[in-house]
Amino acid sequence: MSTKVFTFKGGIHPPHHKKQTEKLSIENAVEPKFVVIPLSQHIGAPCDPLVQVGDKVKVGQKIGDSKAFVSAPVHASISGSVKSIGLHITTGGSKVNCITIESDGLFEVHESVKPKGNIEDLSKEEILAIIKEAGMTGMGGAGFPTHVKLSPPKDKTIDTIILNGAECEPFLTADHRIMLEKPEQIVEGAKAIMKAVGVEKCYIAIEKNKPDAIETMRKAISGVNGLEVVPLEAKYPQGDEKRMINAVTGREVPSGGLPMDVGCIVDNVGTIATIGNVFLTGMPLVQRVTTVTGSAIKNPKNLYIRIGTLFKDIIEQCGGFSEEPGKIINGGPMMGIVQYTTEVPAIKGTSGILVLNKKDAKVPEASNCIRCGKCVDACPVHLQPFMISRQAILNNFEEAEKYYAADCIECGSCSFVCPAKRPLVETIRLAKKEVISKRKKA
Amino acid sequence: MEIKLIGSSSPHIRSEQTTQKVMLDVIIALLPALVASVFYFGFSSLVLVVLSVASAVVTEYVLQRMMKKDIAIADLSAVVTGILVAFNIPSAAPWWIAVIGSAFAIAIAKQIFGGIGFNFMNPALVGRAFLLASWPVHMTTGFIDPITDAVTAATPLAILKGVEGEALPLPSIIDMLLGRIPGSLGETSAILLIIGGIYLIYRGVIKWIIPVAYIGTVAVLAVFIDGPSMVLYHIFGGGLILGAFFMATDYVTCPITDKGKIIYAVGCGVVTMLIRSVGGYPEGVSYSILLMNILTPLIDKYVSPKLFGGAKK
Repeated sequence: MSTKVFTFKGGIHPPHHKKQTEKLSIENAVEPKFVVIPLSQHIGAPCDPLVQVGDKVKVGQKIGDSKAFVSAPVHASISGSVKSIGLHITTGGSKVNCITIESDGLFEVHESVKPKGNIEDLSKEEILAIIKEAGMTGMGGAGFPTHVKLSPPKDKTIDTIILNGAECEPFLTADHRIMLEKPEQIVEGAKAIMKAVGVEKCYIAIEKNKPDAIETMRKAISGVNGLEVVPLEAKYPQGDEKRMINAVTGREVPSGGLPMDVGCIVDNVGTIATIGNVFLTGMPLVQRVTTVTGSAIKNPKNLYIRIGTLFKDIIEQCGGFSEEPGKIINGGPMMGIVQYTTEVPAIKGTSGILVLNKKDAKVPEASNCIRCGKCVDACPVHLQPFMISRQAILNNFEEAEKYYAADCIECGSCSFVCPAKRPLVETIRLAKKEVISKRKKA
Repeated sequence: MEIKLIGSSSPHIRSEQTTQKVMLDVIIALLPALVASVFYFGFSSLVLVVLSVASAVVTEYVLQRMMKKDIAIADLSAVVTGILVAFNIPSAAPWWIAVIGSAFAIAIAKQIFGGIGFNFMNPALVGRAFLLASWPVHMTTGFIDPITDAVTAATPLAILKGVEGEALPLPSIIDMLLGRIPGSLGETSAILLIIGGIYLIYRGVIKWIIPVAYIGTVAVLAVFIDGPSMVLYHIFGGGLILGAFFMATDYVTCPITDKGKIIYAVGCGVVTMLIRSVGGYPEGVSYSILLMNILTPLIDKYVSPKLFGGAKK
């Protein structure tokens, strides 16, 4: 077996902070009394509700859908009655149309939930339809509808699928635990999407700081054609799809392009395990594994939660706050979004709930840029972050565009390494928005 | 429960590195050479360094107060400038040379351009250039010969250039490595300066590119200009080691990219050897770095990293 370790140029080595939860088995969360299910948990068109207030719903029942191609339906994660349909605050920070379901405590499964049979017996189209109907979106964070990713235009030939098990965000261990505890679901999911796209080669890429996951997945794939485990250097942002493609295949996705431009599709292992579960049991995406951790969480856990459970209920199960919380983050510490309330529901993309204490949450004061160049060395896109940031602060967005502001992936590596603690990503994000909106107008 | 949460943009964790820690590393790296200087040139070295640092820090403080800016002396950058100014003057120079040099470096080269990060030339070298132009006698003849304790102008490079008129014997290679030769206060102990430089490379404060490319260029040119036997004198006999590891690598005034750093360092080497061989001075390190400092924005403009996924214009 090859011992070569794959990686990309640039990146950083933040402390892993995974010790708290990496050895903890996935635990079923306490069943919530009610759930709040946003009708838009993905990139693309929001769903319209298919139920009305007062309706009885069952687990796995589709309750929201859209006619648009780029969208994904949502399903009831508990059984009970629809209490309200209306605006509710979500992890994105804005109010979104949500369906609130009150539990009847029975967790009755809907009639439509049935195993999908052997993947060998299903056609490409059937597999794609099942994945769409199951409400599959990328569960690593961005939430792109999976069936869209798996349906590239005719002129793009896909020859490689990469399952992303890097989990390079510090603190998060959900994908790690899924690889250890649900490898058969990952293999099943991998078979499904390989058939759906018609590719022979599928890599499972895992950072080498998870040797047990590499071992488990290697065992799980033995005897399955086309699957291969690739160990990656533990480096952030190794899990970014373009960096991952570069590390595994050596290909570079062109600036402004997509993975399919170089014949690749990248999907998170958590997503694939859920797809595997869809085929094995028929249950759509109504639950996910979430790492609840951080310096202000009393008992960090990897929880199997129902979509729509409020953060406060999840945090309570982990013993609540061990000390006064400073920041509550949906996702990991590098790219996660801060929350201003715990009244938000966990969604399909909630890979982690991170609660930092006041000390860890302190925002450092910025001083002058000393041009040390550490941001340039760290940038995985090979940008000059200090330059773009400087132009953004001067409102000089034309100049920022010349330094490829629009190529920034907002991974945060530059801000992380900056000794002057400058707000690099924040200002670059501003420039990126301006550049992209200007291009749209043009 | 009413909880007050902090809201901010990602990332939510930052590295431990700070500007102050970077500067502290530079200070640590310079200390061995300072000890050697006191050992070879006497207590006056320490006095000059202390006065120079005090002058730099006080000047920075006063100017920041006057300009109603945040007081940033705690970042230790003025301390570094103070030490480097002192390292660049002869040990027998009068105390006010150090004080004026550092004050000029901080005030004119650094603070009026906006403070740390905005100076376009290395402040310590601007200070040295100012002193050399204003008090050339103090700056070129106040060297102490550690062997005789006499004050002299005969640094190895001056001997090499024949500035003294008569042919003086060159010091031994081992004396040059240890620093037992006449020279500026902190430039002579090549071996300790290299150890300090390696410490900075090990700590990730500087990269090896500039010192290696700079010294390498000087070595190659020295072979052609003065012959292979004189190469070590060009490398260890003057301010090259101090300049290549500690002054040409100044973040603010050297190019950002690795490729840019190579162009810059080779340029430093070429200009150094031009000055040493055909210029009026025996030593050219400081002017060469200053000249290349001025070219740095130009280098940065034309040398940029290759964008991941190629560039779409």
